[in-house]
Amino acid sequence: MGIEVVVEGLTKSFGKQNIWRDVSLTLPAGEVSVMLGPSGTGKTVFLKSLIGLLKPEKGRVLINGVDMVNSPEKDIYETRKLFGLMFQDGALFGSLSLFDNIAFPLREHTRKKESEIRRIVMERIEVVGLLGAEGKLPGEISGGMRKRAGLARALVLDPQIILCDEPDSGLDPVRTAYLSQLLIDLNAQIDATMLIVTHNLDIAATVPDNMGMLFRRELVTFGPREVLLTSEEPVVSQFLGGRREGPIGMSEEKDAATLAAEADRATPAAPRVIVPQLEPSPGLPPRRAVARRRERVMGMIETLPPAARSAIRETYARDAAAATVTAPVAGSGA
Amino acid sequence: MITGALRETGRLFALAAEVSRAVFRRPFQFREFTEQFWFVASVTILPAALVSIPFGAVIALQVGSLTQQLGAQSFTGGASILAVVQQASPLIVALLIAGAGGSAICADLGSRTIREELDAMEVMGVSPVQRLVVPRVLAAMGVAVLLNGLVSVVGILGGYFFNVVMQGGTPGAYLSSFSALAQLPDLYVSELKALVFGFIAGIVAAYRGLNPRGGPKGVGDAVNQSVVITFLLLFFVNMVMTAVYLQIVPPKGG
Repeated sequence: MGIEVVVEGLTKSFGKQNIWRDVSLTLPAGEVSVMLGPSGTGKTVFLKSLIGLLKPEKGRVLINGVDMVNSPEKDIYETRKLFGLMFQDGALFGSLSLFDNIAFPLREHTRKKESEIRRIVMERIEVVGLLGAEGKLPGEISGGMRKRAGLARALVLDPQIILCDEPDSGLDPVRTAYLSQLLIDLNAQIDATMLIVTHNLDIAATVPDNMGMLFRRELVTFGPREVLLTSEEPVVSQFLGGRREGPIGMSEEKDAATLAAEADRATPAAPRVIVPQLEPSPGLPPRRAVARRRERVMGMIETLPPAARSAIRETYARDAAAATVTAPVAGSGA
Repeated sequence: MITGALRETGRLFALAAEVSRAVFRRPFQFREFTEQFWFVASVTILPAALVSIPFGAVIALQVGSLTQQLGAQSFTGGASILAVVQQASPLIVALLIAGAGGSAICADLGSRTIREELDAMEVMGVSPVQRLVVPRVLAAMGVAVLLNGLVSVVGILGGYFFNVVMQGGTPGAYLSSFSALAQLPDLYVSELKALVFGFIAGIVAAYRGLNPRGGPKGVGDAVNQSVVITFLLLFFVNMVMTAVYLQIVPPKGG
């Protein structure tokens, strides 16, 4: 089972520029979470802070009792072995072939025989659909392939926490849909805690159990997906609707005058529908996180906003009704 | 401005300390070390030999002309050889290690840093310092020590040739003054200097390579700065080491 990640009061600045402040959230063990946010709101910085690559000035990130911000370097290195991080552009080693890249963590951290390593690596290469390309150098393949190779490398040590930095950027919609399915299948297979940072609405609508959003140097909200999907918060509804009207401007935020002008000619937003979450592919075990999440969400349901409450009850009622029918696998965007 | 400079200096020393510690951490990256050693050696051997011949010659000619005016031609050999072994040779080595080897190390690490390869390595629980920087620094030090021997020999041969053939000195006087004035500690300090210079060149190159500012252009700037910073440090350290050596080791002729 995955590991819970607890973030408490995290604040990060570069020089005088504050990126975000006082971010607190808990990634529930084994569940899939998505962090949304317009470009440039520090989503990648947040990921790198979780894993201890960047050091926020304030706050803690607790994983198995180790604080990734302030603990001794030795403990942090040890804890990182629990992580798999998929970088935005793969971050593969340019001088190594794809095979050696994916085998790298195994060769560093395990004493497996070369034949064993070969078996595991080829398995992962097949999962991400790169069979036949294993001998190529990262410079010789497309960006999408580099991304998938980066994912394979992140998975090779069977991590308990998987972080994905914009898994969709540079991928076409079909490949993004496959990747979404792959992430859900992975979660069903290894039950790892996952955090996906993205601004892709399809992934946001179909993949996660929990969603959060960063905007204006703050965590707007974080909670079960229904909370964000039904939220009436202007930032959230503008972002999920992909509209120009709202507080998000071209350069991060708008001034009051522009907002007022917009309010005059505002057209009511189309009501958002909550598309069902993806299910693991047929033949895979059910996601163990689903039952845990249900228990957790039902336990806190009275504290949630009414819209989210009814959406959650509706979802679970529909699930119960469709329990015998095969659920549709691929979902389209919100 | 001043705090910025101090901070950079402090971080440079911190990296030096970290590297010194990581040298003893297992597993030692033998393969990376061999590759880097071979690489640094292959880019420095030929230029070092080519630079040391004229350098030895210049010293021989200059010292020869001076001693001739003083009526001490017979000591030309000893004087020029000491200058080559103690000063010229470690400096030539250092300039080449920094200019040819260090710049390549800096560019390599810099481009890996901006491609996030080093971040990826750290995320996988592998320390880039232990994995990449230590082998490079050790390679720079090892090549510097060996290259120093080569440059000394070639420089001395060049000086001998110019003194005997061009200035009409006698081979016997050249060699006997050599054994009269030179002693083994001269060679030791020369090798020690080469070792220290190799370390400095490796550390500075690695430091600038690990901290490029802003994209590909930053890597170019970092390479440039690493060479300049190394040169500044080398000449200063050379001065200190020479002064200390002259104080603590009694000259043979005296």
